[in-house]
Amino acid sequence: MALKKVKGNFERMFDKNLTDLVRGIRNNKDNEAKYIAQCMEEIKVELRQDNIAVKANAVAKLTYLQMLGYDISWAIFNIIEVMSSNKFTYKRIGYLAASQSFHADSELLMLTTNMIRKDLNAQNQYEAGLALSGLSCFISHDLARDLANDIMTLMSSTKPYLRMKAVLMMYKVFLRYPEALRPAFPKLKEKLEDPDPGVQSAAVNVVCELARKNPKNYLSLAPVFFKLMTTSTNNWMLIKIIKLFGALTPLEPRLGKKLIEPLTNLIHSTSAMSLLYECINTVIAVLISISSGMPGHAASVQLCVQKLRILIEDSDQNLKYLGLLAMSRILKSHPKSVQAHKDLVLACLDDKDESIRLRALGLLYGMVSKKNLMEIVKKLMMHMERAEGTLYRDELLTRMIEICSQNNYQHVVDFEWYVTVLAELTEMETSAKHGAALARQLTEVGARVAAVRGFAARECAALCRRCAGAPPGPASREVLYAAAYVLAEYCQEEAVMRESVSPLLVCAAVGGAHMRARAVCVHAAFKLTAKLLHCYEKRGDLDAAISVVREALAGLRPLLCSEDMEVQERAHNATALLSLLLPRLGATDGDGDLPHVVDGTLVDHEQSNGLEKQTNGENVNGEESHGFSGGLIEELVDLFEGELKPVAPKAQKKVPMPPDLDLNQWLSRDHWSSESSSSEEEADGGAVFAAPQPDPRPTAQFTPEELQMLREARRQEQANNPHYLKDDSPRSYQQEDVPIAEIALEVPLQIQSKRSDKYLISKESSKKTKKEKRSSKKRKSKKDKHSSESDSDDGEESIRRPAVDAGGELPDGAAPSDDEPPPPHDDPHRALDLDLDLPLREEELLTSRIHQYPSPESGLLAKKSKESKKSKSAKKESTEKSVKKKKEKKSKHDKKVDLMLSESTKSYVNEGWLIDDLSKSNEKTATKASDNDKVLIDNHVKSSKTEKNKKSKRDAKEKDSKKKKSSKKDKHETKIGYEEALGISTPSKEVI
Amino acid sequence: MIKAILVFNNHGKPRLSKFYQYFNEDMQQQIIKETFQLVSKRDDNVCNFLEGGSLIGGSDYKLIYRHYATLYFVFCVDSSESELGILDLIQVFVETLDKCFENVCELDLIFHADAAHQVLDELVMGGMVLQTNMNDILCRLQEQNKMQKAEAGISAAPARAVSAVKSMNLPQQLRDMKLPDLPQAIKDLKF
Repeated sequence: MALKKVKGNFERMFDKNLTDLVRGIRNNKDNEAKYIAQCMEEIKVELRQDNIAVKANAVAKLTYLQMLGYDISWAIFNIIEVMSSNKFTYKRIGYLAASQSFHADSELLMLTTNMIRKDLNAQNQYEAGLALSGLSCFISHDLARDLANDIMTLMSSTKPYLRMKAVLMMYKVFLRYPEALRPAFPKLKEKLEDPDPGVQSAAVNVVCELARKNPKNYLSLAPVFFKLMTTSTNNWMLIKIIKLFGALTPLEPRLGKKLIEPLTNLIHSTSAMSLLYECINTVIAVLISISSGMPGHAASVQLCVQKLRILIEDSDQNLKYLGLLAMSRILKSHPKSVQAHKDLVLACLDDKDESIRLRALGLLYGMVSKKNLMEIVKKLMMHMERAEGTLYRDELLTRMIEICSQNNYQHVVDFEWYVTVLAELTEMETSAKHGAALARQLTEVGARVAAVRGFAARECAALCRRCAGAPPGPASREVLYAAAYVLAEYCQEEAVMRESVSPLLVCAAVGGAHMRARAVCVHAAFKLTAKLLHCYEKRGDLDAAISVVREALAGLRPLLCSEDMEVQERAHNATALLSLLLPRLGATDGDGDLPHVVDGTLVDHEQSNGLEKQTNGENVNGEESHGFSGGLIEELVDLFEGELKPVAPKAQKKVPMPPDLDLNQWLSRDHWSSESSSSEEEADGGAVFAAPQPDPRPTAQFTPEELQMLREARRQEQANNPHYLKDDSPRSYQQEDVPIAEIALEVPLQIQSKRSDKYLISKESSKKTKKEKRSSKKRKSKKDKHSSESDSDDGEESIRRPAVDAGGELPDGAAPSDDEPPPPHDDPHRALDLDLDLPLREEELLTSRIHQYPSPESGLLAKKSKESKKSKSAKKESTEKSVKKKKEKKSKHDKKVDLMLSESTKSYVNEGWLIDDLSKSNEKTATKASDNDKVLIDNHVKSSKTEKNKKSKRDAKEKDSKKKKSSKKDKHETKIGYEEALGISTPSKEVI
Repeated sequence: MIKAILVFNNHGKPRLSKFYQYFNEDMQQQIIKETFQLVSKRDDNVCNFLEGGSLIGGSDYKLIYRHYATLYFVFCVDSSESELGILDLIQVFVETLDKCFENVCELDLIFHADAAHQVLDELVMGGMVLQTNMNDILCRLQEQNKMQKAEAGISAAPARAVSAVKSMNLPQQLRDMKLPDLPQAIKDLKF
């Protein structure tokens, strides 16, 4: 035996060990993959040998290869073999391999259960520690369930090293096996006051992780943590505790008030930057939660901001970054105090570090005001030109749009400036993604701000001409989509319209297949033609009308055979309508020399397009002739009448379902053909196929308050809507200064400055001249149109900006404020949302499980539903009573529980330690409750535990409370039920 | 929670990787690659925090890293960890490695990734910080290594002798005649 062992060792000496493998890989840099494949083969041979040393060596090599990205899951059995060795050396190798390659869904994990249990209970603390470390990486639900008790035992080991590891391990157990949380919690709480600082810190760590996701369940621990915070000197732990308080304060504002003082002291006293930073963070959280109205409140904000300024000014880039991060948190609640440090944030925009620039950008959102918006955007535009790296550029553009458009363009005073900025950004030709964002803005501004429409249309016309002249870049291609729409929809100036028809049609011909704007261009050109014709008709300018129709037809001709189906179709439509019009113009005119002949091909096309012709014919027939086209132009313009309004984001969902619409009903052919359309028969038919079902979607019904609200909303809307007549709305522009169309668009006067700069300059100059203007009475009307443009933007204008249409259209009767319930997401922490203050039940206690597989009755839900059935009859009586009492208690109750706090809670929310007398007395009663009561309590406890179980209980209750109740109310019931149970003894006796 | 700890060199070669959330091997390599690309293009005098890793985590997670000579030490953590705290933790980790290997360099990690893992296991467990006191960690490690040595006993001596001879393997030494390797070989000699 000994000889064999020695022999094995000798053989092993000449095997390749890990060092050899690494060296070999380094020596075979050129054909690494081949070398590793060869080594893999060797390893497979080694794994087949009996000698555990050889196997361990092979597994060690495998671990290294795993790091290089090779799959080693095929060796799981061998790894388990090595883990089960008696020697610590091999165990170490085995557990390392396991922690690197196993995961919760690995096969064969159940083979490890007993081995790990043995290791956990080993004499040597390092063996147990090794098992804990390894297990933490691959624990599964089954392992957690089977080993929870062993790990709990280790939590009270005599060795601090093991206690520490076991405490941390419990968190992983909770995640995989939430049922362990309640029984283990008292012990975990105990460990918060462990004599060993390491264990204490571990326990704090675990509670912090738990509380981060379900803070309300841990409010009762606040006093313990408060004590720890004021006594401990371990910065690591302090940071964790302070972070935890940050999570708790939103739920309990009184806690926040109590925290402010010690935290402020810490801020003043500590020298550790990490601690200082976390303190500031938590103070911020407190300040947010208690809003205002607290003495010294402003002082705390001031202190935080000051300290943060020191951080940001620090030469250490890390502190600078964190300072900005914390600033952005303050910004949300106290924008004023952050705005004071605008200089600092702007300086950070020039930092060489991208992380810092991004953070500063985020802060800008809250920094802008009407006064400085132009300046800031100008700065950002400069960055945009210089920026390298798509990430930063993307962020810049998004932020720029965000700060301008925030709060319904709250800070934009001069929309002409904004449109110019959009146009300039387009000219930078960055990417299609940016183009799409710009296009959205352009459309939105056009739709919402009536005053800027004329200007926007001119800008768009310029853009279209540019695109027609040279092939558009990626951004322009996208923006053209919006530009064509805005131009055609809002343009009122004849000259601009006349000049845009051809460029639009040229645009529709270029750009290739991936340009989605082409079809829109055709449509826009047609729309403009129609509008122009209308103008000419009014004026009686027949020549102009004919020339525009000819021009449009000529432009459309190449598009008739476009490879894009939609372009082709629209071109055909337009051609058909226009060529129908052309002879009319000629006929009414009676002037012989006007060419009547329409291109032969066009006539063919027109004839092939039968449908279009027909509808057009109808239109003509319906009208008596006036103007020179016999009403045809009127008809044409009518096609484009009406304004498109913005639609609210959720409008589609808010459309109420018609009450008589039954989507489940069969659209049976028999039904339709045999029955005539009388409603009676239809109802009969419905009865034949299916019983009429209740409308699955709620229809809108309004209480008087809601109606009041809606009325208020409409009044608001009218106030904001530029289309309601208001004498103060400043839109002098489009009516009066048609002739100056050109000046704003073309080449800037200064060579280096951007077009948008002129707004900034004019703004500044106006500031200087403001005083004299004010003294020299008010400005009289605009004699010089050029100056009127800039004039109208300063002075009064800076306060009185153009009206912006807020919100959007909603179906009648829908309120815009309704929130959607957040979509459910899959999070293991939701299962850990348990009430930890309720007394433990017997069956909850963890026992060491010998069986490997769950027996059917150990399924938690099965057990519960069984029990709930058993006690149902008895419970019914008790619930009836409790419902009656509930009403009495309700009023008292509401005072105690903050509704906001309990909105999302499912279980009893402890009122927190500030009134812990109350909860203590509750606990006392709980302990006083006799064993008989316990069964009933258990029922209630359980019902508060899982959603499903709650339902079963609700079933019983529904008999008393006819209507289905909201979950909020439901929670109250469970809670009250619990309290009732403490007091009532009779029903519980009946249970037994 | 710490989601992953990655150590790689200036060329992106992994030297140590520990994931506290399961990813398969391909994904792990992708994460290392992406992280390397994010981290390596940053100057040394910019801040040590980085947002925007797409593969691991998401918005709640950030990368906190330090760059030592040829190695990057990257921790991927969520918002429950203190940023500056993690920076300190990286420092503790590296200092501990330095104590264990006596002037740690990249080669130590290449040849003794298992030892580095042992250090890490005493520092972080299952994504949570276990121990931050360097002396305690060293003490734990020493005791464990002592156990290992006691187990090996006399039978390990020949094996070690052979590995020492292998390390001296002259042709190989000549082949990779890199200077850093020499002190390594010498160190291997004295056990």
